[in-house]
Amino acid sequence: MADQPTALERFAQGILPENPVYRQLLGLCPTLAVTNSVKGAIIMGAAVLFVLLCANAMISLIRNLLKPHLRIVVFTLTIAAFVTIVDRFLAAYMYQMSKDLGPYIPLIIVNCIIICRCEVCASKQPVFTAAADAAGQSLGFTLGLVSIASVREILGTGMLLGFRVMPAAWPDWVIMVLPPGAFLTFGLLLGAVNWVVAKKSASGKKHQGAS
Amino acid sequence: MTETPDFIEPIDNTPIEPPSLIQVGHSPHLSHASCSTQRMMMDVLIALIPVTGMAVYIFRLYAIKQIAICLAVCLIAEAVFVKMRGRSFSLTDGSAAITGIILGLSLPGPAPWYVGVIASVVAIGIGKVIFGGLGMNLFNPAMVGRAFVMISFAGIMAASGYESAVSGIDAITQATPLNAFKQMGISTPLKDLFFGFTNGSPGETSALACLIGGIFLCIRRTASWEIPAGIIGTVLVMGGLADLTGSPSGWTALHHLFSGSLLFGAFFIATDPVTSPMTSKGKLIFGAGVGFFIMILRFFSGYPEGVMFAVLLMNAVTPLINNWTIPKAMGE
Repeated sequence: MADQPTALERFAQGILPENPVYRQLLGLCPTLAVTNSVKGAIIMGAAVLFVLLCANAMISLIRNLLKPHLRIVVFTLTIAAFVTIVDRFLAAYMYQMSKDLGPYIPLIIVNCIIICRCEVCASKQPVFTAAADAAGQSLGFTLGLVSIASVREILGTGMLLGFRVMPAAWPDWVIMVLPPGAFLTFGLLLGAVNWVVAKKSASGKKHQGAS
Repeated sequence: MTETPDFIEPIDNTPIEPPSLIQVGHSPHLSHASCSTQRMMMDVLIALIPVTGMAVYIFRLYAIKQIAICLAVCLIAEAVFVKMRGRSFSLTDGSAAITGIILGLSLPGPAPWYVGVIASVVAIGIGKVIFGGLGMNLFNPAMVGRAFVMISFAGIMAASGYESAVSGIDAITQATPLNAFKQMGISTPLKDLFFGFTNGSPGETSALACLIGGIFLCIRRTASWEIPAGIIGTVLVMGGLADLTGSPSGWTALHHLFSGSLLFGAFFIATDPVTSPMTSKGKLIFGAGVGFFIMILRFFSGYPEGVMFAVLLMNAVTPLINNWTIPKAMGE
């Protein structure tokens, strides 16, 4: 087997070079649905962090026991157990947030990011690397969510995390907190990220060519 | 005397080369040398004169302000976005100017300046240039921009947005005819609707001005007659059916036809050659679909008017209609 990335590489990759939202386009359902407020986005990111960390660690520990044809079932059941914990925790201690996020917390079970990380990293690498991978990917996911949510919340309500950042006369762009705003913001930000990446790789190539 | 080439000379002065390949370009498709995008856009500009004149006569400074803002911002946005995409300069084809004027005519006069600015930037940026510029856009750019501000600033764009105490004609202080009808069941006299002495978006109130401009466009074949015919026919049929069921307030099929932005939309918005089907059968289906959705939205939705959403809905199925109505080639 080829050399697997180290824990540090795994962590760093998740944040920008392999950002789940902008580079892998995974987990787009919550990305579009819960990004009309920054607070919701942060809670969603935290929930994913908990589930991914626990699931990755657990899968990594039992990786030698996995049977290839049953591994997806095992992944899903493990993830479901931790998602249930998060879901009940939110319902008990953050009732309003739990209501706001609605079905998107239970839906973490089928979030591709988590199954993808279990498959790519946790089922092949030791616990520490798997945990670093989980942390990096969830940070990247939260970063993606918060960036979209900031744009939508500022334009849509003139506020950020509940604090007014725009002048009082700011006309709320109601469309930005509605579903079309999610698609527009995500599309435009994705375009911007792609543009930056293309620019970077072009200048990198030029650099190599010169030296 | 020099040798004359035995093939048709191209209209511009590009180096002459034999027409060996059939060029497959994107719409609008032009078959005659005198046809060009500029000529079509010129026609639309001429056809918009009666509508614009009527708008300025009734709404005075409001109309001028709104049209000027939208026109200027659309042109600037087109120049900036096209440059960002690294394409050649495309302002001269006039399409951005048309989008700007139509958008300006379709926004309520008293709406604040930023509504026109945002609508124009969205129309050109998200409605057109993102898809690849003129000919590539799926949705009518002006309606994309209008839908964006309509949903964003519902309060400014809805009933109260049209009311203002200062204007040339007393009508402007009233609710729009469709709003008055929807909310209070008051119907407006047909004569006022026909000539346009009612409140509304600057471009839409005068049915007569829209008809004059629209018929000019159809005669010049810049707009296809099938689309307005389909819309008007469907509206009359559905309005007539509603009449038969007993309309309590005297709002007849003709009221439906002359009120709101129906004729403006039928002649100037739905006929956009880029976002409507290519075959005449397809155009009839498209027109009928727009008319159907307008009536459904007017009867059953919370909005008093449905032209904008009807056009956007049918824009979305235009590729499908094109696919259904591919003409059979000879011998197939």
